[in-house]
Amino acid sequence: MARTTSPPDPKVLDATPARGYSSDAAGLGRLRAGAFVAPALALIAVFLVFPALWVIYLGLMNYRLTGIAAAEPQFVGLDNYLKALTDPGFWNSTVLTFQFVLGSAVIGQVVLGFTLAWLMRNRRGALKSVVEGVVILAWILPSAVVAFLWVALLDRDSGTLNAMLGIPGFAWLLDHPMLSIILFNTWRGTAFSMMLYGAALGNVPPSHLESARLAGASGWQQLRDVVFPHIRGHILTNLLLISLWTFNDFGPFLLTAGGPENKTEILAVYVYKTALQSGDLGYGAAISTIILLINLVVAIFYLRLLRRRR
Amino acid sequence: MVRKRSIGVVAVLTASALGLAACGQSSGDGGEGGAIELTITQNAIAGGKNAAAADHIANWVIPKFQEAQKAKGKNVTVKFIPSGVDDEQYKTKLSLDLKSGKGADVIDIDGIWAGEFAEAGYIKPLAEVAGPEADSWEGWQQIPEAVQGLATFNGKKYALPIGTDGRVLYFNKTLFEKAGLPADWQPTSWQEILDAGAKLKSSGVPVPIQINAGTAMGEATTMQGVLPLLAGAGGEVQQDDKWTGASQPLKDTLGLYQKVYGGGLGDPRLQQEAKGRDKSFQQFAEGKVGILLEGDYFWRGVVNPKTGVAPMADRDQVVGYAKIPAIEPGKGIRGQDFVSMSGGALRTLNPSSKHPKEAFELMAFTLSPEALKEETKDGNVRITPRSDVNKEILAGEPLLTFISEQVLPLTAYRPPVAVYPQVSVALQEATAAVAGGTAADQAAAEYQKKLEGIVGGANNVAS
Repeated sequence: MARTTSPPDPKVLDATPARGYSSDAAGLGRLRAGAFVAPALALIAVFLVFPALWVIYLGLMNYRLTGIAAAEPQFVGLDNYLKALTDPGFWNSTVLTFQFVLGSAVIGQVVLGFTLAWLMRNRRGALKSVVEGVVILAWILPSAVVAFLWVALLDRDSGTLNAMLGIPGFAWLLDHPMLSIILFNTWRGTAFSMMLYGAALGNVPPSHLESARLAGASGWQQLRDVVFPHIRGHILTNLLLISLWTFNDFGPFLLTAGGPENKTEILAVYVYKTALQSGDLGYGAAISTIILLINLVVAIFYLRLLRRRR
Repeated sequence: MVRKRSIGVVAVLTASALGLAACGQSSGDGGEGGAIELTITQNAIAGGKNAAAADHIANWVIPKFQEAQKAKGKNVTVKFIPSGVDDEQYKTKLSLDLKSGKGADVIDIDGIWAGEFAEAGYIKPLAEVAGPEADSWEGWQQIPEAVQGLATFNGKKYALPIGTDGRVLYFNKTLFEKAGLPADWQPTSWQEILDAGAKLKSSGVPVPIQINAGTAMGEATTMQGVLPLLAGAGGEVQQDDKWTGASQPLKDTLGLYQKVYGGGLGDPRLQQEAKGRDKSFQQFAEGKVGILLEGDYFWRGVVNPKTGVAPMADRDQVVGYAKIPAIEPGKGIRGQDFVSMSGGALRTLNPSSKHPKEAFELMAFTLSPEALKEETKDGNVRITPRSDVNKEILAGEPLLTFISEQVLPLTAYRPPVAVYPQVSVALQEATAAVAGGTAADQAAAEYQKKLEGIVGGANNVAS
């Protein structure tokens, strides 16, 4: 598990003949190697690169879902992008998205996932199976089912949570909408972090921990000085993946539909509402392009941190 | 090299996040052995939204139509594609289907979408798709002028009208009795509605008045909230080619919202919830809502004891209805004492249908007198487009007789122009602001500003 999600090994990335490594370890030759990767590259081109370019193109048009602008869209240059920069709705969504990512991915899933993995690291038997089973179940259930469960949990009139706490009428989704979707997404996505850290902790040499204990290191000192240095790459890779996933997550829409009064209108929801519900495809595409750029920046930030590992 | 590689990884990761892809289902293509496959879609689903309509198509229309075609020597199979979502989502799905040349052969749409769909080229005049028999269909003679207008855009018929409707105030007679209000309540001014609300409140009714507000309810806010009230205040959303900005009627309308939601007569929270409208239905059925402004769909499809989504077994005894009064007698549009708004659904042809002639036959078949009578029997009466059918079926239905005799003569229609849905959203946002505590005049001013952006400048707006 750890191996498949580990960060790319820098040694492999830097493999150049000048350093004495062979650039053609498999002995395939340029042409045959190309033939092997061609199908994958073709799929990426058709389903990823082309749509991304198409979105950039659409962002330059006044394209709409219906009406005259659907039949004869006009080129409007950078108007959509300039509009986004002055659109309070867009900035509101951007700020909300960062709150959502910070709260549910960086803090919620990483901390909870690591804590679970740490507590379960030496356990065997029923407790471990049950905990892992429950956490993973939250991850693999279909979104629509999960959303329904959470609406039933948080509903202000007949919700399970209010019934358990004895506070009927407390409107979680209206009074604490951001907190609700952060908890929701933490619950939903913790399994991935837990499994990744679980595998990573297995790679920490027990002898190092043993030496640290003999030297009198406290639990926190062991974590800080032995465990974290060993799994730094895993932490960063995990952060990269779940930050990007959460940034583009549409799940909260099923809970709050972006409301009340746009308080949970994260960027993915904002694009959906703009492009598909209001039919402004051109503007929606422009915002999507900006999201793409933000994602690039986030990813480069993490990848730079990763490379400093050496 | 490292940099290139990492940017490549990032590009893949991020590109996969962007999805503006259109997905639709393909229309059936029989073709083999002379078999013709047709599909028909509505925002209706067995056991859910508009269940009666879905059952009618599946259990009556399809077998009967296939039988009739077989008698003519044609092997036609028809498939119903159900849907049970909010109207806005249904519209999005249809737009994407039609844009990509897919979708069912026969499609139900809301009349108000006709303009924007036609301008986008998603639907075409019937005669162009199905041939001249579309214009010579026998049913046209039975359909009143105003109802035909729903299906007409730029002078051409783009669809067959399925019917029309009207909006009234519903009230719970049991709650009214407790509050000391009459069972035959008919307010003649807005103040009387507010007074009734206050009495209901002091008798312990949790939600005395429900008038849709906010964006979560979509067009239901405009059609069952803003527009009937605006008409009652003597205003129209568009008048003589100018859009109405922050006019006095609009301020009065938003002012009523303020009195209801700021004065504790309504539940502002319900207007914000993602499924607020469904919940308001549920609460009415549970006897928690005193007065509710809705169309006849509410009577037929929501509290209907048999097929409603929030059925009330004692609907006929408990649910009362009254005309929507003007702000004061004689102050409504055209100097009326009472007002309403009407719309209507349409049934249209997919221009990319492979069998447009047969699809039109199917469409016409669903609106034949026999099909309409079958559809409306057993408590599913609605106002059909055909006068000949209405005469027979409305007789035993008190609410629909009330609407067709007393409400339709004083009703009004939305402007059938492509930009209307955007204006509608701006109106919904204005009500959301007021229900959330913004002053009515300020919300009206903000609406005017948005309106100017939507309709192309201040020249097209009158205040």
